[in-house]
Amino acid sequence: MAQTAAPPPRLTLTDLQGARARHRRERMMRGLFFSAAFLAVVISVAIVASLAGGAMQFLSKVDLGTLWSRGWFPRRNLFDVKTIFVGTLMVSVIAMVVATPLGLGAALYLSEYASRRSRRFLKPILETLASVPSVVMAFFALRFISPEVVQRLFGSDVPIFTITAAGIAVGLLVTPLVASVAEDAMYAVPNSLREASVGLGARRRTTSIRVVMPAAVSGITAALILGLSRAIGETMIVAIVAGGTGGSLFSLDPLKGGQTMTAAITALATGSDQVRGSGPAYESLFFVGLLLFLLTLALNLGAERFVRRVRSQY
Amino acid sequence: MAAVRVETASSAATEQVRRALSGRRADVWGFLFQLLLLFTLVFALAILVVLLFDVARTAIPYLRDRGGEVFASGYSSLPANAGMRTGLIGSIYLGVFVLVLALPLGVCAAVYMEEYAKDTRLTRFINTNIRNLAGVPAIVYGILGLAIFVELLKPLTGPEVEGRSLLAGGLTIALMVLPIVIITTQEALRAVPKSIREAGFGVGATRWEVIRSHVLPYAAPGVLTGSVLSMARALGETAPLIMVGATTGFLATEGGILASLQQHYTSLPTLVFAYVKKPQEEFQQLAAATILVLIVFIFFVNLTAILLRNRYERKW
Repeated sequence: MAQTAAPPPRLTLTDLQGARARHRRERMMRGLFFSAAFLAVVISVAIVASLAGGAMQFLSKVDLGTLWSRGWFPRRNLFDVKTIFVGTLMVSVIAMVVATPLGLGAALYLSEYASRRSRRFLKPILETLASVPSVVMAFFALRFISPEVVQRLFGSDVPIFTITAAGIAVGLLVTPLVASVAEDAMYAVPNSLREASVGLGARRRTTSIRVVMPAAVSGITAALILGLSRAIGETMIVAIVAGGTGGSLFSLDPLKGGQTMTAAITALATGSDQVRGSGPAYESLFFVGLLLFLLTLALNLGAERFVRRVRSQY
Repeated sequence: MAAVRVETASSAATEQVRRALSGRRADVWGFLFQLLLLFTLVFALAILVVLLFDVARTAIPYLRDRGGEVFASGYSSLPANAGMRTGLIGSIYLGVFVLVLALPLGVCAAVYMEEYAKDTRLTRFINTNIRNLAGVPAIVYGILGLAIFVELLKPLTGPEVEGRSLLAGGLTIALMVLPIVIITTQEALRAVPKSIREAGFGVGATRWEVIRSHVLPYAAPGVLTGSVLSMARALGETAPLIMVGATTGFLATEGGILASLQQHYTSLPTLVFAYVKKPQEEFQQLAAATILVLIVFIFFVNLTAILLRNRYERKW
């Protein structure tokens, strides 16, 4: 009797594994996704390789003394790095002088003072401002900032194409970025901190300055570093407004035209038909690009560090 | 009796304390501070208004004068013949590159990083790479495009035009916005709660099946918003295109997009750059008109993104 009963069907491991085809497809999709993600590494390597390759060729061709001379005149084989570096520095400092108070003030208002409804309405406008193309801002700088702001403030003998006008325009361009990142950081400060401060009798202003800003300081620093990095890499405004076409003598005067790293690259590229392939002028473009890349990379890594710190805090 | 005496003795002090605690005094500095903050915000927003007004003031009379002719003619060194047709078509072509290349690649990469990748050293390395690529200045992508698409791959990208072709420009722009697409998609995927995935796994679906049927549909609005924003970025960018040769302002349109891939190209912002540099007032007006079209284009794209976000945003 007992022997005639059918043995229960035995499940093996293969029964539980499911269809082979599904497994194959799963592996295929995974491989596809991985290669897409790995592309990021490939692009990074390609960037470094193309910049470093050109820069090495440039350095092997020129006399290293020309890297520290009277000015940046690639056609005359004068590649004074400090000229374009100082130009970039002046533009970015002016930009940050404009963007820091505007960006942080706007961020603080949006995060601490604005009602939920007006915040919902104002933040998208700020983000729209961030999407204004840089050529448009450059046009605005030429038509408005130079004549109406710079020449009014510093006298009409100041030229239209100046480092100052470019710096102000770049500053206005990075303001929304600074405001947006800083606002995210301030908004992320937990309400309990604000409530504790208010509970001790602090006013809103005191709470904003003494509690919220210190609590969000990593994010605010990150916002400023990102803004600075963006200002350094900004190209079209300085190429059009800073007035350094062709070349520039070393100068520390922000009320004159000057050359920056990014503007030097575009000047070389747009005029490259004359120098193409031949002299070191064309390859200097890669050298300046490498400097620019390293500079912004260092700043971005620094900003990333600060952001990570603010994340782990709460 | 004793308690009453204490009360009367300190009533003056109590009154003082009560007044200090009631906070009735006008907080003048606080008010001024708030005004100052409001001013910075309004100032930042006013820039947008002044900019639009300044451009429109020049552009609208000019557009009214020349009418549709501006949209029908391309780049020219004669102000009367110059227009923005080539730029419009070029910008649309570049948008197609972003749509066809950067979006699928970016979404795939983000899916790997969020859904498949374990927290290994390689994963963290890839993630660091993506974040850094997002911060690389646009012009550096231009140099990358110049070195690889224009010089190295010249036979492929455009042997007749020295490699300075639409293909080179489109690939460069696609690479530039790729990290933005990846990061915004990652954020959208992260917002989909774990329970949704677990429900899928619970009925025996493989990871890809869960992603396809559960995760991606729920993340779609976020992915779409990010894509639209990266499209706006691609439309407005000029610097990398100048590096890979969009300065000439010509555009071959015979035979559609496939035939023009290996030919010269231009885009709206590149045309603006070309026109702004010219001294004649007519070109300045034409630049303003081109800018107006470009801004309307980009704001429209941005508005779509914001509306999408507001429409589909959900809290789990």
